[in-house]
Amino acid sequence: MTPSVIELSVTDEDRRVAWLATAAVGLSLVDAAIPSPLPGVKPGLANIVTLVVLARYGWGTAVWVSALRVLAGSLLLGYFLAPGFFLSLTGTTLSLLTLGLARHLPARWFGPVSLSILAAFAHIGGQLLLARAWLIPHDGVFLLTPVFAAAALVFGTINGLIAAKLLAEPAPLESSNV
Amino acid sequence: MNWLALLRPGDWLILLIGAVAVGSSIPVFWQGGLADRAIIRQEGKVFAEVDLKARKQFEVAGPLGTTLIAVEPGRARVVSDPSPRQYCVKQGWLMRPGEIAICAPNRVSVQIAGRTKVYDSISY
Repeated sequence: MTPSVIELSVTDEDRRVAWLATAAVGLSLVDAAIPSPLPGVKPGLANIVTLVVLARYGWGTAVWVSALRVLAGSLLLGYFLAPGFFLSLTGTTLSLLTLGLARHLPARWFGPVSLSILAAFAHIGGQLLLARAWLIPHDGVFLLTPVFAAAALVFGTINGLIAAKLLAEPAPLESSNV
Repeated sequence: MNWLALLRPGDWLILLIGAVAVGSSIPVFWQGGLADRAIIRQEGKVFAEVDLKARKQFEVAGPLGTTLIAVEPGRARVVSDPSPRQYCVKQGWLMRPGEIAICAPNRVSVQIAGRTKVYDSISY
């Protein structure tokens, strides 16, 4: 028997995704620690990472970072495969799709704040639709729509401003990133 | 750091559209809208249907005596009632569509109605 060695080659891209996903997971934990008056109203700080990644490394990397964040975040917070996980997954998927379309908006006019607001609306929209279709099959779910939409607008704007501020600074060197 | 400098012209547009969308979602999702009528019933039959615009008082006669109902812009209440436990009086002002105060012993009720009919409870 010859021992077989499976070697996984790790590219710089992999390392970068891992680092950025770690930052996003860290912010998810901070998010979860912030008390919220209403379940579902959260700042969504991890989306700052998504926005910065989208602008710096493209949509594909943003999808990777978000997917890893949802997975690792749910494992750490203990809601993996619970309803909250699917809500999170649906919201993230819809906001990534929205970002995929919205990033083609002319950058001269529309900055990270626009992308952040649109993504926040897509996020809460996806979650409400999933909640209506699966968790609470009654139109009463939509009674909270104005509250959620207002929260999405406020937090989307704040996160977008933070992302814009981070993007206004020069990109970190790759070596310091790895 | 000037945060406003980070906003590009289109961002203001998106912010504005977002604010308008949130504002206009309120009447859409908070169905029934505002209270606009009060329906007063005596013995189960409609005694009066009033627009909640002007200030008015109604005296409704029942088997125990007279129930006094006050209507004001946007709200209505039972002011006094001869019923022993005074539940309908203690309910105070009714402001939301679907709210109802029932003075059962005197067989009088006041209900608030909005643009659309809302349910007071749903089971499924």
